[in-house]
Amino acid sequence: MNRFSYLRASSVDEAVREAASDPAARFIAGGTNLIDLMKYNVEQPARLIDITHLPLNQIDETDSGGLRIGALVTNDEAAYDPRVQDRYPLLSSAILAGASAQLRNSATTGGNLLQRTRCYYFYDPGTPCNKREPGTGCPAATGRNRIHAILGTSEHCIATHPSDMAVALAALEAVVHVTGPDGERAIPLSDFHRLPGDHPEIDTTLRHGEIITAVELPAADFSRNYTYLKLRDRLSYAFALVSVAVALRIDGDAIAEARLALGGVAHKPWRDPEAETLLHGHPASEDRFAAVADHILKDARGYEDNAFKIDLAKRAIIRALSQAAAGTPQSQTDKRIQ
Amino acid sequence: MSAGQGGAAALPERIAITLTVNGEARQMDVLPWTVLLDLLRDHLALTGTKKGCDHGQCGACTVIVDGRRINSCMAFAVMKDGANVTTIEGLAKDGVLHPLQQAFIDHDAFQCGYCTPGQICSGVALIEEGRARTRDEIREFMSGNICRCGAYTNIVDAIEQVIGSNEEAAR
Repeated sequence: MNRFSYLRASSVDEAVREAASDPAARFIAGGTNLIDLMKYNVEQPARLIDITHLPLNQIDETDSGGLRIGALVTNDEAAYDPRVQDRYPLLSSAILAGASAQLRNSATTGGNLLQRTRCYYFYDPGTPCNKREPGTGCPAATGRNRIHAILGTSEHCIATHPSDMAVALAALEAVVHVTGPDGERAIPLSDFHRLPGDHPEIDTTLRHGEIITAVELPAADFSRNYTYLKLRDRLSYAFALVSVAVALRIDGDAIAEARLALGGVAHKPWRDPEAETLLHGHPASEDRFAAVADHILKDARGYEDNAFKIDLAKRAIIRALSQAAAGTPQSQTDKRIQ
Repeated sequence: MSAGQGGAAALPERIAITLTVNGEARQMDVLPWTVLLDLLRDHLALTGTKKGCDHGQCGACTVIVDGRRINSCMAFAVMKDGANVTTIEGLAKDGVLHPLQQAFIDHDAFQCGYCTPGQICSGVALIEEGRARTRDEIREFMSGNICRCGAYTNIVDAIEQVIGSNEEAAR
């Protein structure tokens, strides 16, 4: 691991000021991804700014009836908060589908969004990688790519974003609040992560020196008809091959509103609002769910090891929509898929 | 190791921190990049906590910090200043094993033993959390602890025994 200087920030302003003045500085909170990357020399920050003492660890009600989750609220605290469990069980379920109890105790809400891909090549400084070293190439495209993306890829990068939490947040239309050298701004979750395009080294729209202060959940009534269905190579403590977050609002026997986001298939949580509108005003039916799945995957491109994900994603979408419509969300402890 | 080589800004040498480890306050000066796991093993000679993968994937390094189980390999010691740390060495009281330690013996819940300190610290925290009732739930909430020998069935038996006897005692 590289040597670095350490600063314990005592205010958001101090953290922002110190980070903005030093391009080689990085914030650290839970550390569960950054320390790992430093141990592999993938990240070599010259300076770490410890933000764990900042007052960003509360979950508060918003004036508009939503919740504001502080950036330092741990994954465990967010998942088990009674308000989150009651009003946003999709978020609770997605968080509990990820990582382990130990990691959820350290990992934070802000850090979860900023974790890097688990692409094997990105993690191995002995190989080229456009995300780690721009311009060196993407060995994943022609190499081992079982865990890689099938949607929104570019010739420069086929990595996925690994978060489960962010997939639920995309479906719930969360907003990321940040503070930077130029003041505060709010970024819709769906605009927070970006597609790789020509700059796969840039994961998010966050600017250097900006710090995530909170994630806001708008008021919503998706507590009955939801599910987070995660499919992976082992039943627990593994990243998604494909995951589906679904939230439905059902009026009578018709779907009044539908939200659907996919994980494990793209460089960001994948939403397709056009596909969601195919459900509006219609009763739940497998034929319609299949049409939605076909629409979402219509531009998917499989690679040598991951072409199976296209069919897997379609089936997962149909199953997840069925679970949500029936009000029988996927259990994260009993792994049988009903 | 010298911290200040090269670069215009001299790197700090050491930072004073206080940790309460197994009930005992310990003051020490640490380098910023010293990881909690290495501090426990190399500086405090508490070698019960094991280094398995060193990347947060195996759980052998699990310790309890301020009542919560974490991977000590994924934490800088300097960031835990003021924290209360319990390791496997701190579980027995007055020569009497913690009930989960005894249950591991009763159920032969290990073979090589390398993952065992992490399994037990994780299991102790799991029992405190009080969220696991069924075997499925125990397995899920213990999934952060890998056992290469495959003693999982007996590990779940041991944890189930302690949860059961706690519930009985509470009646």
